[in-house]
Amino acid sequence: MKVPITWLREYVNVDISIPELAHRLTLAGLEVEEIHYVGLPVPEDEQNGQGEHRPETKITGFSWDPEKIVVGAVREVMPHPNADRLVLCRLDDGEEEHTVLTGAPNLFPYLEDDELDPPLKVAYAREGATIIDAYSESKETEFTSIRRKKIRGVESYSMACSEKELGISDEHEGVIILDGDAPIGMPLSDYMGDAVLDIAITPNIARAASVLGVAREVAAVTDADLKYPSLDVKAEGPSIEGQVQIEITDPELNPRFVLGLIRDVERVPSPYWVQRRLRLAGIRPIDSVVDATNYTMLEIGEPLHAFDFDVLQERAEGETPTIITRTAEPGETLTTLDDVKRELDEFTELVTDTAGPLSIAGVMGGAESEVGEGTEDILLEGAAWNFINIHKTANAQNLSSEASYRFERGVHPELAPQGVLRCLEWMQKWTGGTVAEGLMDEYPLPPDDPIVFLSAAEVKRWLGMELSLQEIKELLERLEFEVQIDEEQIRAKTPPHRLDIGEGVVGKADLLEEIARVYGYDKIPETHLADELPPQRGNPMLEVEERVRDILLGLGLREVVTYRITSPEAEARCYPPGAKPEEDTYVSLQNPITKDRTVMRKRLLASVLEIVENNYRVRQRIPLFEIGPEFHPRPKDDSLPEENAWLVIAITGPRTPQAWQGSDTEAVDFFDLKGIIEELFQRLHIGELGFEKSQREAYHPGKCARVLVGKREVGVFGEIHPLVSDQYEFPETPVIAAEFALEPLVDHVSKRYNVEPIPEQPPVLEDLAIVVGEEVPAVEVADLIRQTAGEILTEIRLFDVYRGAQIGENEKSLAYNLVYQHPERTLTDEEVRKIRESILYRLDKELDAHLRE
Amino acid sequence: MREELQKIKEKALQALEEVEDEEALEAWQVSHMGRNSPLMNVFKTLGDLPEEERPLVGRQANEVKGALQKALEKKEKVLHQTQIRLSLQEERIDVTLPGRPKISGNLHPTTRTLREIYRIFGDMGFQIYRSREVETDEMNFQMLNFPPHHPAREMQDTFFVDGERDRGENPLLLRTHTSPGQIHAMWEYSSTNPADPPPLRIIVPGMCYRYEQISARSEIQFNQVEGLAVGKEITFGDLKGTLSDFARRLFGQGVGTRFRADHFPFTEPSAEMDIECFLCEGEGCTVCKGTGWLEILGCGMVHPTVLENGGYDPERYTGFAFGMGPERITMLRHRIEDIRYFWANDLRFLEQF
Ligand SMILES: [Zn+2]
Repeated sequence: MKVPITWLREYVNVDISIPELAHRLTLAGLEVEEIHYVGLPVPEDEQNGQGEHRPETKITGFSWDPEKIVVGAVREVMPHPNADRLVLCRLDDGEEEHTVLTGAPNLFPYLEDDELDPPLKVAYAREGATIIDAYSESKETEFTSIRRKKIRGVESYSMACSEKELGISDEHEGVIILDGDAPIGMPLSDYMGDAVLDIAITPNIARAASVLGVAREVAAVTDADLKYPSLDVKAEGPSIEGQVQIEITDPELNPRFVLGLIRDVERVPSPYWVQRRLRLAGIRPIDSVVDATNYTMLEIGEPLHAFDFDVLQERAEGETPTIITRTAEPGETLTTLDDVKRELDEFTELVTDTAGPLSIAGVMGGAESEVGEGTEDILLEGAAWNFINIHKTANAQNLSSEASYRFERGVHPELAPQGVLRCLEWMQKWTGGTVAEGLMDEYPLPPDDPIVFLSAAEVKRWLGMELSLQEIKELLERLEFEVQIDEEQIRAKTPPHRLDIGEGVVGKADLLEEIARVYGYDKIPETHLADELPPQRGNPMLEVEERVRDILLGLGLREVVTYRITSPEAEARCYPPGAKPEEDTYVSLQNPITKDRTVMRKRLLASVLEIVENNYRVRQRIPLFEIGPEFHPRPKDDSLPEENAWLVIAITGPRTPQAWQGSDTEAVDFFDLKGIIEELFQRLHIGELGFEKSQREAYHPGKCARVLVGKREVGVFGEIHPLVSDQYEFPETPVIAAEFALEPLVDHVSKRYNVEPIPEQPPVLEDLAIVVGEEVPAVEVADLIRQTAGEILTEIRLFDVYRGAQIGENEKSLAYNLVYQHPERTLTDEEVRKIRESILYRLDKELDAHLRE
Repeated sequence: MREELQKIKEKALQALEEVEDEEALEAWQVSHMGRNSPLMNVFKTLGDLPEEERPLVGRQANEVKGALQKALEKKEKVLHQTQIRLSLQEERIDVTLPGRPKISGNLHPTTRTLREIYRIFGDMGFQIYRSREVETDEMNFQMLNFPPHHPAREMQDTFFVDGERDRGENPLLLRTHTSPGQIHAMWEYSSTNPADPPPLRIIVPGMCYRYEQISARSEIQFNQVEGLAVGKEITFGDLKGTLSDFARRLFGQGVGTRFRADHFPFTEPSAEMDIECFLCEGEGCTVCKGTGWLEILGCGMVHPTVLENGGYDPERYTGFAFGMGPERITMLRHRIEDIRYFWANDLRFLEQF
C-alpha cells in the first residue's frame, strides 16, 4: 500500500517527522518498507546515514529546491522560429517573464490561442535547478541540473517539467499541467511536494489497506485525532427508489449490497491533483469516472464497481433492472473486463441481472456492462463479500485485482454505503453528473462486532506488565473501540470497520495485541522466564546423531546436506542398469516445481553420490558423509510415510593429499572405509561388531560387506559397482560407500561402559606369521587365535598379508602382532610358549594352517 | 709408589686435555684406564707390595682411578655438547615450506549454526524435540489456526503429496514450517497429565519445504528452528527477554534488538525480532536494505486456539513461540549471498567453515 503523506494528512495531523512516523508505524505492524520523497525536503541526516539516530527505513527520491522549482504560468505558446517540433512559452514565474522552450506535445494545441486566459499552470524549473535526467539510459535514477544553452538559435535556461523529471511517475509524454488554482511563484514543494510511504499490509491489518485505514493507525500510535471524510453528497436527481432492485440469494456470501446512481456524467480527465495522487499510489489515472472509483477505494478501503446503467436497462427489456447476487450455475460463463471468457465454478459468487452474469463479485467486472466511451448514467455498487469465498474464487480464476486484494482480506459491510456516497460525491465534482437521491441498501447479515471483556490481571498474565483499567481503556479507545470499565474489567465493543476481533478468549488475545501495539512493543519490559522449569528429557536420538557427526569429522570426513526432494530417475542411477525394481512407489509431489524434483528420496546413497559427482572436477579427495531421512510410503495405504534417519559415507581419491614431502597417493579402497567404520563403532562403544561378505545392488559383488552387531544387520558398505559408477561422472578412482540405518544403531550404543585398569606388569609381545589356504577368511584365523589364547591375549593386530614365492600357491601368510598381558602378574616365557603351542595346534587342526618358516 | 701414582694421574689428565673427539677419547681411555694402562698395572702389582703398604697404595690408586673416571665423564659431556653444536650448524630447514597436510573433516554450515542454537536454548532449559517432515494439512495448518482456504496460507506455498485416496480437506503435504512440532509436543506433554499438563520448553529444528522457484534468495527446502514455551506464568516480556538474550549470545553481547508487530495465525500478539545490523553497525547497508536492522525471527504469544488444540487451557496457560532460519542466520554471519550453496555442497564452499 503506497500512501502519499499529503493525502494521509487530510485525515490525521502528523506532528512528527516522516521517518519517525515510519518508525512508529513499523513497530506497530505496518511495516514501512520505503519512504519515497517526491518533492518534500529529504532530511539531510536521513539521506546519508550521518544522523543522530538510525535510518530505520530505506529512503529514496529527492526534494525540489523551493527557490528553483516553482509554479509557473504559461501566458502564451508561440512557434519556434527554427524548429517545428519545439514551441516557445511566455512564462510568468511570479517574479518576471521568461521565454521557455519545450517540445511537450500537450502544449502544441495552445499555439493557436494568442493570450491564454486563464494561463496554463506548469511546474517551472529555473536555471540551475536539479531534476531527474529523463533521457538517461541508466537503470539508476540520474540527476541533471539545468544549464543555459542555445537550442536552434534561441537561448534556453529553464524549463517546464514532466512528471518523470520530478520523480512523480514515469510519465514523460508532456509537461505537467497543474490545476488552475495553483498560486503563481509558489515553491512547487509547498504546493504539492510529497513523500510516499510504502507499507506492507499483513492479513490481520487488512483494515489499513486504505489511506483512511492507515490514518486511523497513525492516530492511534501517535495519539492524534482522526478526521473523517465527508459523506454528505448533494443529491439533485430523482430518487433511486424504483429505478433498480436488489436481490441477495445467500447473505453468508453477500452480507450487504448497496447501489447509488448518478446520471449525465462527462468522462473528462480528473483534476491534476487526483491524477498525481493516484500515480503516487501506483494506479494509472483513466478518466474522472474510473478515477473516482479508484480514488475512493484507496481513500476509504471500499472497492466499488461502476455499471453502465443504460446497458442494464436495455438488458432488463423495459422492466426495472434487478440486481441479483448468487453463485454461478453449472456451465455458466462470463467475459470479464480483461476480455477473457471465464468458466465459473459452482462456488463463484456473481452479480447478475435477469439477463445473466454482470461481474464476478468482488473480483472483476464483466465486459458488457463496463463503463465505456458513451456511458452517461452510472449505477455504482458497494458491497460486502465473504472473504474466504472471494479468496477461493480469485485463486480459481487466477485473477487478482485491487478489489479482490481487499475483499479477500475482509472489508467491513459498514464501508459499503460510505464508499458509494464518497464516490458519488467525487463523481459529481469531477464529472458534473447528477446524483440520484438516496441509496438502495440491502443488509441482511450485519456482522457481530464482538464485545470482549478483559481484566488488568489478564493483561499482566499475558504481557507481563501492569496497566490500569483506565490505561487499557484509553489505549483501546485510540483504535475506536467503545470501552466501558465494568468493575474489575473493561468491556470493549469492536468498532464497525474491523472484522479481525474474535469472541471469548480469542477476542482477549486480539485485544491484547492491540493494547501491546498501541502501547508500543518497545516499551514492554524484557524479563527472564520465571515459570517452573519443565521436565528435562534430552533427545537420545539426536545426541547419538551428533556423536556420529563428531566422530566422523574427526576421521576426516566432511558433512553434506542434500536435497530431500529428488526424482525416481536420479535414484535409479545408484542401481546397476535393470536392477531397480520397476514398480517402485514413492512419496511423490502433486505439484512439483521442477522435473528433477518430483519425489521424496528413498535412498540417501543416491543423493550423496550426486555430491561426489558434483565435486570430482574440483577435488581429487572426496570424503563425505550425510545424516538424513529416507522417505518410504507405507504400501497400499495413504497414511503418513516412514521417515527414517540414515547415515551414508562416501569416499574416493588419494588417501592423503599430494604434498612435497611425499604422500600416500594411492586411492582409498574398501579397507579405508572399513577402518572408518571400525573406529566409528569403537568410539560409539558398540560391541560385537561383525562383517560378512555380502551382495547388494549398487555395490561391487566381490567388494561388499554387511555390518552386523551381534546377529543384527545394521548397515552395508563396499566399493560402488562399476556399472553404477558408469552412470555418474565419477573420478577414475573407485568410490567406496556405506549405508547405515541410524535407529537400530542407536539401540546398540552403550550409554555406560567400564574402563579397564592399566596393568602394572609389562606385556609380552609376540609376532606370529600364519600360512593358511586362500579360501580361509582372515577373520577365522584371528577368531581362533583369540578363542585359544583367552583373556590373556589383550590385542591382536594383523600387520601383513603376503602371497608369493616364499609360500605355496593358493596360500597366504597372515602376520599378527599379539600382546599377552596377565591382569595381576608377569607372564613367564613358559606360559607364553604353551599358549603359542596350543594356538598353532588348533590352527593346524581346524584350519590346516601352519607357522610360516 | 705415591709419586708414581701422582705422575700417572698428571700424565693422564694432561693427555685428556688434548683429546678433541670421541675417537681420541676412546684411545685415551684404553691407554690410561685400560687393562694395560700404567694405573691398572699398579693394581696388578699391589700383591707384590709389603702387607702394610698395600691398603694405603690401594686407596691412593682408587682415588686416582676415581679422579680419572670423573675427568673422563666430564670430557665426554663436553665433547657431546660440542658435537651437537657442530651438527646444529649443518641441520638447517626452510621453514617457509608448507607443512605436511593434515585433514580433519568439518560440519555442514547449517549443522554448525544449529548446534549454536541448541546450546544457547539448552542453557535456558529448552529441550530439542523433532517431528516429521511429511505432514497432514491438519497439523501443518488447521491446528495452527489456518482454516482451509484462508488467505494466510498464501504466505506459505505448499508442496502437496499425491495419494490414492482423496483426503478431502486434510491432504498430505511437506511441512512448510516446523510449527506442527508445537502441536505434537503439546499433545505429548499434555497427555501425561491432561488435567494439569506440565510446562514445556522446546525447540524444534528440521527441514521445511516451500513451493518456490529456486534462486539465490529462495529454496524449496530450508531448515527452521521453532521454539515453544508453555506454562502458567509466561509473558510477552519473557518472550522479549529470552529472545534478546539469545540474540546477544549468538551475535554478541552488544547487539541491540527491536520487536515490531507482525502477523502469524498461530501467535497473538505476534512480532518480528530484528537485530542491529552487525555489518554496518546500524548505519544502513545493502544487506539490511538501508534500515540498519536485520530481520532474524518471527515470534509471538501462542494463540489461544493453538493452546487449546494442544491440550492446554488458554485461561490458565500462556506461552510464546518463535521460528528462525539457520541458513539465513548463517548467510548473514558469513555474508553468503546465494542460498543455493547450502545444498549444492561444493567442497570449495564446505571447506571454508
Ligand atoms: Zn546494514
